[in-house]
Amino acid sequence: MRARILVRPKAGILDPQGQAVERALPALGFTGASHVHVGRLIELDVEDPADLPSMCERLLVNPLIEDYEIIEAIPAEGVPTV
Amino acid sequence: MKFGVIRFPGSCDDVDALRAAERVGDAVMLWHRDRDLQGVDAVIVPGGFSYGDYLRAGAIARFAPVMEEVIEFARDGGLVLGICNGFQVLCEAGLLPGALLRNTSLRFVFRQVALDVADHDTAFTRSCPERLSIPVKHTTGRYYTPEPVHVVLRYAPGENPNGSQDDIAGVVNETGNVFGLMPHPEHAVDPLTGSTDGLRIFESIKAHVGDLVKA
Repeated sequence: MRARILVRPKAGILDPQGQAVERALPALGFTGASHVHVGRLIELDVEDPADLPSMCERLLVNPLIEDYEIIEAIPAEGVPTV
Repeated sequence: MKFGVIRFPGSCDDVDALRAAERVGDAVMLWHRDRDLQGVDAVIVPGGFSYGDYLRAGAIARFAPVMEEVIEFARDGGLVLGICNGFQVLCEAGLLPGALLRNTSLRFVFRQVALDVADHDTAFTRSCPERLSIPVKHTTGRYYTPEPVHVVLRYAPGENPNGSQDDIAGVVNETGNVFGLMPHPEHAVDPLTGSTDGLRIFESIKAHVGDLVKA
């Protein structure tokens, strides 16, 4: 299985990266963007998708400061890898 | 008294930590693949960029073979000092509460800071004066904890370099034998670099271990 894991800064924890991006957008003329947050995308092939939550809790994510979402788990066959 | 300093691939303050420890006792370098702590009385997890800080600072280093031994050593009451990246490693390993986040400024900070000793009654601060002058140098030093913690060092008013919660610079675990701090006491041991206040922390550890031997 090919899986993608979205990792986000936990709600309520100050996200200075998101703030910096939010401040930069108007400088390019893009007004109206708000609530910007910067996280991480982890992409992997995995034999047993049932392992994914445990992988996240033990290594890929620090649950104290980050939330995660397994956004896609599709067959690896025929899927172009980056 | 014998200190052990752990060297991970990417550590960079390991030699300074070893030299600082040697000013108050014996010290040996421990390799990250070692499973033998060589009978040390205290372990120092030094600063740097262990395993490249990949994923999150300290996230990979916590699974190094030597860390299994350090975790067991700490559970048995052994003294463990984590400095900067070492603090991050100890938090990731679950030996200390909380986590270190990117500085609010998103910038690397490198400067001398004044620290208030919030608790002198610990194995790491018993020989410290009220205030210490010690350098910080980090990008990921903003301490965060959702739960109450035992604070040992605070940045003095107006000195917080990273946006750390409640000006926290250093904490110990519940049992008081594991200490993590962002400032670098090992860089403040010689008058040449402006302050010898960092030595007080190494002397505290030595005094504590000396009392344990007498007891």
